[in-house]
Amino acid sequence: MAQITAEQEAVAIRRGLSWWRLLLRDPIALVAALWLCLLALCVLAGPELFGKAATALNLRARNLPPGSIEHGWLMILGADTLGRSMLARLIVASRNTLSIALISVLVAMMIGGFLGLIAGYIGRTVGNVIMRLSDIIQSFPSLLLAVVVLYMLEPRVGNLIIVLAITRIPSYLRVTRAEVLEIRERVFVDAARALGGSRAHILFRHITPVVAPTLLTILTVDFAIVMLAESGLSFLGIGIQPPEITWGLMVAQGRNHLSQAWWLAFFPGLAIMFATLSANVLSNWLRIATDPVQRWRLEAPKGGDA
Amino acid sequence: MTRFLARRSVHSAFALVGLIVAVFFLARLTGDPTNLFLPLDASLETRKEFAHKHGFDRPAIEQFWSFVKDMSHGDLGYSLRKQRPAMELVLEAYPTTLKLAGATMVIAIALAIVIGALAAYRPGGVFDRISGIASLAGASAPDFWVAITGILIFSVSLRWLPTSGVGGFPYWIMPITVLALRPFGLLVQVVRSSMLSALASAYVKTARAKGVSERTVIFVHALRNACLSIVTVAGDLTVGLINGAVIVETVFGWPGVGKLMIDSVIQRDFPIVQASIMLTATAIFLLNIAIDLIYVALDPRIRHQ
Repeated sequence: MAQITAEQEAVAIRRGLSWWRLLLRDPIALVAALWLCLLALCVLAGPELFGKAATALNLRARNLPPGSIEHGWLMILGADTLGRSMLARLIVASRNTLSIALISVLVAMMIGGFLGLIAGYIGRTVGNVIMRLSDIIQSFPSLLLAVVVLYMLEPRVGNLIIVLAITRIPSYLRVTRAEVLEIRERVFVDAARALGGSRAHILFRHITPVVAPTLLTILTVDFAIVMLAESGLSFLGIGIQPPEITWGLMVAQGRNHLSQAWWLAFFPGLAIMFATLSANVLSNWLRIATDPVQRWRLEAPKGGDA
Repeated sequence: MTRFLARRSVHSAFALVGLIVAVFFLARLTGDPTNLFLPLDASLETRKEFAHKHGFDRPAIEQFWSFVKDMSHGDLGYSLRKQRPAMELVLEAYPTTLKLAGATMVIAIALAIVIGALAAYRPGGVFDRISGIASLAGASAPDFWVAITGILIFSVSLRWLPTSGVGGFPYWIMPITVLALRPFGLLVQVVRSSMLSALASAYVKTARAKGVSERTVIFVHALRNACLSIVTVAGDLTVGLINGAVIVETVFGWPGVGKLMIDSVIQRDFPIVQASIMLTATAIFLLNIAIDLIYVALDPRIRHQ
């Protein structure tokens, strides 16, 4: 037994190394990955390190244009109408922006994946009902859905996460179901069934690990999509409400000062763009790296509707 | 073929009905609609009168029934702010949005097909790499940010284009560009990958062996097969275009459905929100059927089923 685990460990290490090497060979994907790591650091430690600087008013630095460091290096990206450092505010806002997006996609992945497993493995009737429900969600523009729900509930962080998660569930559901429909016919599933494995055991121990990599690839794309959606909602004034800040809200606030201080709206938008671009680049790389044979599955969003 | 179309229509109709029920009951479930419609300081009498006038004091099922009955002859309620039928207001705003969306989609699809096909012709080449990054950036850019940055550069600084409003050709340039960015970026990738697999197939080899010109091979033989996935994705993107339209119309002050809807949400004018949801859902229902018809026209396997 011990020998087997040691062997598995060696395989895992070798696999990890080859992943790393693959990433090193693709400079664009590497930059994207490093950028996301940097953002992760900002999310984890940003508000604690720069919280004070982000709220400190410096009236002499009001609307300070970017590019000068006479008021300290934190003012390198300029200051807002109250003289607060743009850079510090961007770093602090990263926590809300990125964690809302990440939690939403994780929730969507778990619910969508679970429903997909059920729709694919258990009964046709249940599967059909689940698929039709997902059709309803998918056949409607996600932003309108969010607008309506946030209109009826309150625009709080929790509600925002629920709405964003709901709009992303169908993509996980479809992909999981399509994969399960194929995997359930494979020999190892038959073997597990013949050995008396229960339904739950087969679903979670045998089928889930096969589906998981695909879902993770979608997660990175969806992360970008959800971040854009959240920013859009906050920009429209029906997402996150002040005094909380997100990048989308910063763009909306900066819009009022566009002609005097362009950097107020420009940098938060640029931050959103770099984050989504990195996520998209990385997911493209992941898609090719994980399984070239299955690329088509992800490229045809509505595929697999049997 | 008829069976395929019938099944797809039933699916879409099911989604439409589900949405209507969901919108109605969600609005009722989240509390007394009088609270949604009336200001906080309305007196108890006003509330009662309002509730009675709009039938909110009757059982929910009864309300739903009269809602469906009214809807069947095109009555979706009265705007609370503008004193006009909600349906009329939404129908007035629709052509503006449809024109914007139509022009955007035509331009995005045409450009994406040309660029995606050229990128697929030499995979890994310079053009492929540049278009790959550009399309990814297009799909990643937040549309509201591109819109206000565009206003900043082309309207405020250079004074080439108007900041907002509706009018002649110059008024269309920025909204269409901003709106087209995302569908264009995503479509280029789809076109590229489906062209790649089409160009690798045996019938393309046959066509080349017969001495067919390269242009015909790419734009006639390979493209026709690649069209299937392009149509699917383009259909999804058209639905998604309404998301973008909400933002673009708000930023550029276009009197379309998107702006109407956001304004109504902020003014708490629920009948308009409801009417625009219904009409949008119906439009999407029709769009899905149109996409299925295109599908049937393109794919003989479905036609002869």
